[in-house]
Amino acid sequence: MLTDASNTPFALEFKSASFSVPVLVLTTDDMDVIEQKLQEKVRKAPEFFKHSPLILDLQEANNQGCLIDLFELVGIIRKVGLFPIGIRGGNAQQNKQALELQLPTHSISSRDAPPLDEKKQDTASQEPEVNTHASSNIAVAATTLITYPIRSGQRIYAKGDLVVLTQVSAGAEIIAEGNIHVYNSLRGRALAGVQGDVEARIFCFDLQAELISIAGNYKISEDLGDSVKGKAVQIYLQDQALIIKDIELHH
Amino acid sequence: MARIIVVTSGKGGVGKTTTSAAIAMGLAKRGHKTAVIDFDVGLRNLDLIMGCERRVVYDFVNVINEEATLNQALIRDKNCNLLYILPASQTRDKDALSQEGVGRVLDELKKDFKYIVCDSPAGIEKGAHLAMYFADDAFVVTNPEVSSVRDSDRMLGLLASKSRRAEQNEEPINEFLLLTRYSPDRVKLGEMLSVDDVQDILSLHLLGVIPESKSVLNASNSGTPVILDEKSDAGQAYADIVARYLGEDRPHRFIEDKKGFFRKLFGG
Ligand SMILES: Nc1ncnc2c1ncn2[C@@H]1O[C@H](COP(=O)(O)OP(=O)(O)OP(=O)(O)O)[C@@H](O)[C@H]1O
Ligand SMILES: [Mg+2]
Repeated sequence: MLTDASNTPFALEFKSASFSVPVLVLTTDDMDVIEQKLQEKVRKAPEFFKHSPLILDLQEANNQGCLIDLFELVGIIRKVGLFPIGIRGGNAQQNKQALELQLPTHSISSRDAPPLDEKKQDTASQEPEVNTHASSNIAVAATTLITYPIRSGQRIYAKGDLVVLTQVSAGAEIIAEGNIHVYNSLRGRALAGVQGDVEARIFCFDLQAELISIAGNYKISEDLGDSVKGKAVQIYLQDQALIIKDIELHH
Repeated sequence: MARIIVVTSGKGGVGKTTTSAAIAMGLAKRGHKTAVIDFDVGLRNLDLIMGCERRVVYDFVNVINEEATLNQALIRDKNCNLLYILPASQTRDKDALSQEGVGRVLDELKKDFKYIVCDSPAGIEKGAHLAMYFADDAFVVTNPEVSSVRDSDRMLGLLASKSRRAEQNEEPINEFLLLTRYSPDRVKLGEMLSVDDVQDILSLHLLGVIPESKSVLNASNSGTPVILDEKSDAGQAYADIVARYLGEDRPHRFIEDKKGFFRKLFGG
């Protein structure tokens, strides 16, 4: 039989929405260190962190054999004024604790940042969708690290900063919403700040790029003067002009 | 454990088939039971180089379509009884190959063979993809010129992203560089890239350099892999490559031209 409630035309409705939430990746179980670091971060960017929701990522810590007690950790996080809204990468014990704390457990999605030395192909996108600006200040996983050569025809996209330890071949393309660092030869195309971050920079050890771009301002290989070719340089925007400057390397 | 080696390049005509025949023979001569498969469906070159073209009854596509058993299609080499050839079909096109079918044939070969050498067709399309998909090791055959190096780089990207090992997040394919048709004289004249130039662009472990050599043409005319011509420079270079692949330490020869070497030696 129908109840009264079902006659009420519009009481509630479920909708799907996605949010950007910072993810706190932990790599230690020393609660004093965690508390101290968090307080430092919050002091630096109080507006960003005030009442900020947070997902706690325990996978890395667990992989390293750290034993994080969730009750203790959540206590510390609430104390510094952040609101934990879930955990991921927890072990059975931590998941049980999360349940008792009424915190949901999230799965690590395949879109996530790879473990740091893992091989990554076509796109290396970064999941924690934090405000890019603040991301450089806080301990969330906002950097994509590439340790395999990026070959002709490959394309890498990083939501945050992109650090490449290997060469970037001619015909390859690396793209980041943040900064790009290439500690090797950059022969392909490199585009930093592709979502419009004019503060983004490109750093590389050996500039031989086909194209460089920051926030849509670009130069092609032909426009790179011989004075900077093959050099260690940093590239940044000043009054909408790309500036390419030598980096002095001290050996 | 059996190992699957793909001989690949991206660019055509750089020496893949010559190399496949030579290293397959080299591995077999060293006592390892080896099969070499021609993935160049529609062209069929390997059987000519191996000198078994008149003994082809069934081919790779027949085995994939289960029109023949593997044992019916494998041809035992006339020079070495540890070496078997699985020829390509001349009458089909590359669409006759399926990933599932290739995987099945390779699995069956793995039970019986130590090394399975896959001679890839040129390009990066289906045939080349299937030749490298199941590989454990890749011999990337490159000529010392810019377009070949670029194509090899492209192929290396595919090995690292589109192979079975990449897709299943296993250890990546071992990649080796084979620089073929190398001519120190022409390097000196600036007409060819040097070993160092190529290494600089590809950053890849150099397994060996094969010189440009008339012996390669002679060998293919007579239907014997050049590695059996033990006096020839190319034959020796391939023998070195096989030895290095099997873990031996061999100094690189054929990188300097002999005159240059003597001039250095005697300071003249
Ligand atoms: N080291 C060498 N010295 C001289 N000629 C060579 C050498 N290696 C290969 N060649 C010649 O180059 C030509 C192409 O060789 P091969 O058929 O092995 O290349 P491939 O990469 O298999 O070509 P395809 O892409 O068409 O399959 C042949 O005529 C062969 O004789
Ligand atoms: Mg061939």
